[in-house]
Amino acid sequence: MGLRRGHRAKPIEWLAEKLIFVVSLSAILIVFLIFIFIGREALPVVFGQMNTALVQKTIPVDQMDKLSPAQFQDYLGLTKEQFASMDRDTLKTLMELKIESTKESSTDKDASVNTAQWRYLLSPHRWTGYDAPKYIWQPVSNIPKYNIIPLIIGSLKVTIVALIFAVPIALAAAIYVSQLARPRVREFAKPIIELLAGIPSVVLGFFALIVMATVLQHIFRTQSRLNALCAGIALGFSVIPVVFSIAEDALTSVPRSYVQAALALGASKWKAASQVVLPAAIPGVFAAVALGFGRAVGETMIVLMASGNASIVSWHFFDSTRTITATIAAELGEVVFGSAHYRVLFLIGVLLFAVTFLTNMTADIVMNRLKIRIEGKR
Amino acid sequence: MISTATATHAANLPRHGRRRFRAARIDWASLVGTGVTGFATLLIVTILAVILGNIVINGLPYVSWRFVSTGTATDMFDVNKAGILPMIFGTTARVILMTLFVLPMGVLTAIYLTEYARIHSPFTRIIRSAVNNLAGVPSIVFGLFGAGFFVRFIGHGMDSAFHSGGATVWGQPALLWASATLAVMTLPVVIIATEESLRAIPQGLREASLALGATKLETIIKIVLPQAVPGIMTGAILAISRAAGEVAPILFTGAAYYMRDLPKSLHDQFMDLGYHIFILSTQSPNVDKTRPLLYATVLVLLCLTFMLNIVAIFVRANMRKKMRMLH
Repeated sequence: MGLRRGHRAKPIEWLAEKLIFVVSLSAILIVFLIFIFIGREALPVVFGQMNTALVQKTIPVDQMDKLSPAQFQDYLGLTKEQFASMDRDTLKTLMELKIESTKESSTDKDASVNTAQWRYLLSPHRWTGYDAPKYIWQPVSNIPKYNIIPLIIGSLKVTIVALIFAVPIALAAAIYVSQLARPRVREFAKPIIELLAGIPSVVLGFFALIVMATVLQHIFRTQSRLNALCAGIALGFSVIPVVFSIAEDALTSVPRSYVQAALALGASKWKAASQVVLPAAIPGVFAAVALGFGRAVGETMIVLMASGNASIVSWHFFDSTRTITATIAAELGEVVFGSAHYRVLFLIGVLLFAVTFLTNMTADIVMNRLKIRIEGKR
Repeated sequence: MISTATATHAANLPRHGRRRFRAARIDWASLVGTGVTGFATLLIVTILAVILGNIVINGLPYVSWRFVSTGTATDMFDVNKAGILPMIFGTTARVILMTLFVLPMGVLTAIYLTEYARIHSPFTRIIRSAVNNLAGVPSIVFGLFGAGFFVRFIGHGMDSAFHSGGATVWGQPALLWASATLAVMTLPVVIIATEESLRAIPQGLREASLALGATKLETIIKIVLPQAVPGIMTGAILAISRAAGEVAPILFTGAAYYMRDLPKSLHDQFMDLGYHIFILSTQSPNVDKTRPLLYATVLVLLCLTFMLNIVAIFVRANMRKKMRMLH
C-alpha cells in the first residue's frame, strides 16, 4: 500500500521539487534584474551616446540629398511616423529653421558642450561666468551640468557623520547587552533597541526636520538650519539598530566557554568581554560596521528631508548637503523619460547599488569566516 | 572544579575569591568600561524614548475618529479639515497586495533552502548570499528598479500587447507596481524568518513521518509547514511593518501627491501615509499650521508599524519557547 502510494505520488513529487527549486532562484534572478534594468537605463551615458549640446553641427540645406532617412530623423529629432508624413519641402524648411535657431543660441560657448560626457561628469570645468574650474551639479538649467562629484562628497560626508555618531554607541551597547548586563536587563534592553529599527525612516526624517534641526542650530549656531550634521545624526539613529543587532549576535555567538575560562583565571567580567570575547568576534563587528555603512549610504528619506539639499562641494559639516539618494528621490519624478538627466540619475543609482553590493558581499564573506572560525569547521 | 560548574557558578566563584585577596584595590578599568557601555545602552533607550515621547505628546491631542475616517476635503494642510483615510487605505492596500506576492515566493525559497538543498553546496551558498545581498540594497535602488522594470518594461510591454491604440493603462506608476516593488524589497525578510522557523523543527519529526511511509512532499505539507506557521507569520508581519513605513521605493512606482478618489483598480495611483508625511513636512505653505496635522499623521503611522512589530516580537518569543520545549 505504502509502496503503491509512493509510486503514484512520484511525478507530483518531482514537479513540486522542481517548482520550489525554480522559485528559490528568484532571489538570484532579482539581483541580476536589478543590475540589468538600472544599468540598461544608464548605458547611453556610460558609452557617451547622449548629446546634450544645444548647438550641434548643422548641415547645409543643399546637402539634404546625401542624408539617409535615419540620419534625418536623428538630426531633426523626428519619429518614424512624423518623417514619413513629411514631404521634401517641409523637411527643407525644418533644416533652415534649425540652422537659424542654432545661430541665435550660439552666443554662449558652453552651448556647444555635450555635458553628459564622462569628462564633465567627473572633472571640474570652467563654465561661462565662473572664474575657475568647478564641480557643479545643476541639471535643470539652460546648460545642464551633471558633475556627480558634489553628490558623492555629500553622501560620504553625511555617512561619516552618521558612522562617527552611531558606531561607538552601538558597539558599546552591544558589548554591554551581550556580556555585562544582568539577564533581566538584557531581556528588557534588546527588544527596545531593536524597536528603534521599526521606526520608518520618513518618521526619523520628520523628527530631524521639525525637532532636531532647531535644537542643533541653537547649540552650534550654524548658518543653515538643515545641514550634514543634522542629517548625519538622524541617519545615525537608523544605523544604530543595524550595527547593534549584528554586533550583538556576533558577540553572543562566541562560545560561553571562552568567558568561563577567562573568569576562572581571575579576569573581571569587563576584562573577559573586552579582551577575550571582543577579539574573538572582531570579524562580526567589522561586518556590523560595513552593513551600517551600507545602510547609511543608501538611506533616502532622512537625508532628503534633513540635509538641506544644496549641491555644493564642501567638507564642512555645518553646510547644507545633497546626497546621491536624495538627488534621485527629488529629481527622478520630474525628468523627461530618456533624457540625459534621466540617464545620469540611473547612472548614480548604479553607482549606489555597486557600492552597497560590494559592502554587503564583504560583510557576508567576513561573517561566514567568523562562523567557520567559531564552529571550528575548516 | 570550576570547569564543571554551571555558568552562574563560574561567574560568581572567582569574584568572591578575588574580593578577599585585593579588597583594597578598585578595578577602575572594569568600572569605567561597564559604566561607558551601560551609558551607551541607556543613551539609545533615551533617544527612542525622546522620539516617541515627542511624537505622542504632540500628536495625540489631534488624533480623532474624524481625522482617521475622512478624506482630505478642502485644505490638505489644515488639521481641522484634513483627514487621512485615503492614505490609510492606500498604505493598507499596497501592503496587503505585497504580502500576497512575497509570502509564496519567500516561503517556497525557504523550503528549498532547508528541505531540499544540500547545506554546503556552492549553489545554496549563492542563493543565500543573494538573499543577504538583497537585504542590504538601498530602498531607493528598489524604487529605480521598480520604475525601470515593472513600470517601463512590464507595464509598457502589457500596454503594447493588449492596448494597441497607444493608451497608457499599465505603463505608469500604479498600486500594482508599488506592491510588486515592495515585495521584491521584503523578500529576504520573509525568507530569513521562515528559514529560521523551519530549522527549529526537530529532525525527528520529519524522520518519523518519512518512516511511516509519507513522501517528502507530504511530510513538508502536513508535518513541517504547520509547525512553521508562527515563524512564517513573524516573517510576514516583519515584512509588512518594514514595508508600511517605506517611502523611497514607491516614489516613482505608485504614490500620488493628491487624489480626489480612492484607487479603484490595480492600475490606479494611490495616496500613502509615509509619502503624505513627507509632503506635509516639506511642501506645506504654512509650517506652524501644518505641524499638529503632521504630528497626528506620524503618530498614526507609528502606531501601525509598532503594533505590527510588537506582535512579531511576541509571536517569535512564543515560538522560540515552544521550540526549546520540543527539542
